[in-house]
Amino acid sequence: MKLDDLTGKMGEWLRGESSMSDVVISSRVRLARNIAGYPFLSTASDSEQSEVYRLLADEVSAVVGDEDALFVDMNQADDIARQLLVERHLISRQHAESEGSRGVTIWPDERRALMINEEDHLRIQGLRSGLQLEGLWEDVTGLDDALSGRLDFAYDKQLGYLTACPTNVGTGIRVSIMLHLPAMRLTKEIDRVIRAARDMRLAVRGLYGEGTDAVGDFYQVSNQTTLGKSEPEIIRSFEENIIPKIVGYERAARESLAEDHQHRLDDRIWRAHGALASARTIGTEETLALLSHVRMGIQMGRFDLINIQTLNDLFLHIQPAHLQKMAGRPLDGAGRSVFRAQYLREKLAV
Amino acid sequence: MNVLCQHCKEVKATVHIMDNFPEKRERHLCEECAIKEGVIFKQNQETTNEILHEFLKHKVVGLKEGDDLTCPQCGMSFREFQSRGLLGCPHDYDIFRDALLPLIQRAHEEADHHVGKVPVRVDENVRKQTGLLRLRRELKEAVEQEDYEVAARVRDQIQSLEST
Repeated sequence: MKLDDLTGKMGEWLRGESSMSDVVISSRVRLARNIAGYPFLSTASDSEQSEVYRLLADEVSAVVGDEDALFVDMNQADDIARQLLVERHLISRQHAESEGSRGVTIWPDERRALMINEEDHLRIQGLRSGLQLEGLWEDVTGLDDALSGRLDFAYDKQLGYLTACPTNVGTGIRVSIMLHLPAMRLTKEIDRVIRAARDMRLAVRGLYGEGTDAVGDFYQVSNQTTLGKSEPEIIRSFEENIIPKIVGYERAARESLAEDHQHRLDDRIWRAHGALASARTIGTEETLALLSHVRMGIQMGRFDLINIQTLNDLFLHIQPAHLQKMAGRPLDGAGRSVFRAQYLREKLAV
Repeated sequence: MNVLCQHCKEVKATVHIMDNFPEKRERHLCEECAIKEGVIFKQNQETTNEILHEFLKHKVVGLKEGDDLTCPQCGMSFREFQSRGLLGCPHDYDIFRDALLPLIQRAHEEADHHVGKVPVRVDENVRKQTGLLRLRRELKEAVEQEDYEVAARVRDQIQSLEST
């Protein structure tokens, strides 16, 4: 598989399948692992980091076998390629922007990925659209087993898997669920989610994880406790408790908007579509904010000019790196805004 | 503009917005109320990161002034860890264990033992110990929740693991 093969495809995280997909965009699980006998990256020399990279790249390719996976050496990839992987939620921003020997392996369906030399030597990632944690965990734990049969991971009897940051020690697991909460944003009840999350020891972040805003009304909820609970236990708490609760809040907010502010709500949704379909220059943030309201309209059955697949496709392709791949050339900010508006008009022409 | 927050009516408003949902209106809020109302978004990363941050600048119990531990394997000193937030190598967990444990416990709801997966290539004994730890905790929870069906099942699992 080549990097360019990704561009035209729908990202796994936006496929829009499974129950609760009116609110839950995607689920992700990451496991942090380090190879025993090597220093963490904070103190590793360049040559040690390269050695870890080569060692892991070999073992990873043995595990991949003859599947048509994509290997990306981050040092060989240009800015747009790296940004493209971030936009598809296949790597973290940190991984795209840092330096030194590092890479990522991506399975063709984008459901599994392995980041080499991010904050830890290895981050095993599983990604699914909607709330599909069971299958996701099987993917991730399967990869972990396959690799741990070939490598010795840094592990301590008391503290479990040893990670560069002590806040990940133990299971090294980070479950992140991406939620779309436009109604709670409109009814100004987002604070309920933040409070509930805090009570349950969860972090709430924006679209691209650490240090990002809630663009387009997307929120990522993830666990902070990684020690003292088993992985299935942590996953179950999302599936049985946390996510149904937040989904319930958002659905109630949508219902109350439909009951109390029907015309205002429809106005929002349809004007958003109007602006998207007629803009001549438009930035990413504004586009995401407008698409967010159209998405809410579709999910609430109040808007039917486009379907959810088309909309999900737009969410992905209006982002800077995807746009530039489609344009086939690098574009500056102003150029992207014009190209984005043109692309939106084509896709939304009624 | 010098107005009080329309929401709490106590603090000077620093966030001024034209809201148009459900009605068009000007709003003047303080930062705290603006976050509460979802007008601006502040991430709640502070739960773990603040604990880490607070801990890192805090004097460590058991570590005397001017006294500093250094890992012989990677050369990372505890003070360096405090300023960077990242450890240097797996061995640091042994060297700094006493100083690290309070931080780890605070970051992980007081837990100080791993009860999850065990690597495929690890001493069978470790696997057994970890499994037992997890099962015992599950048993305790089941009993607390008066779920005797689960408790009985877990008790059987403990017995069979112990006899291996």
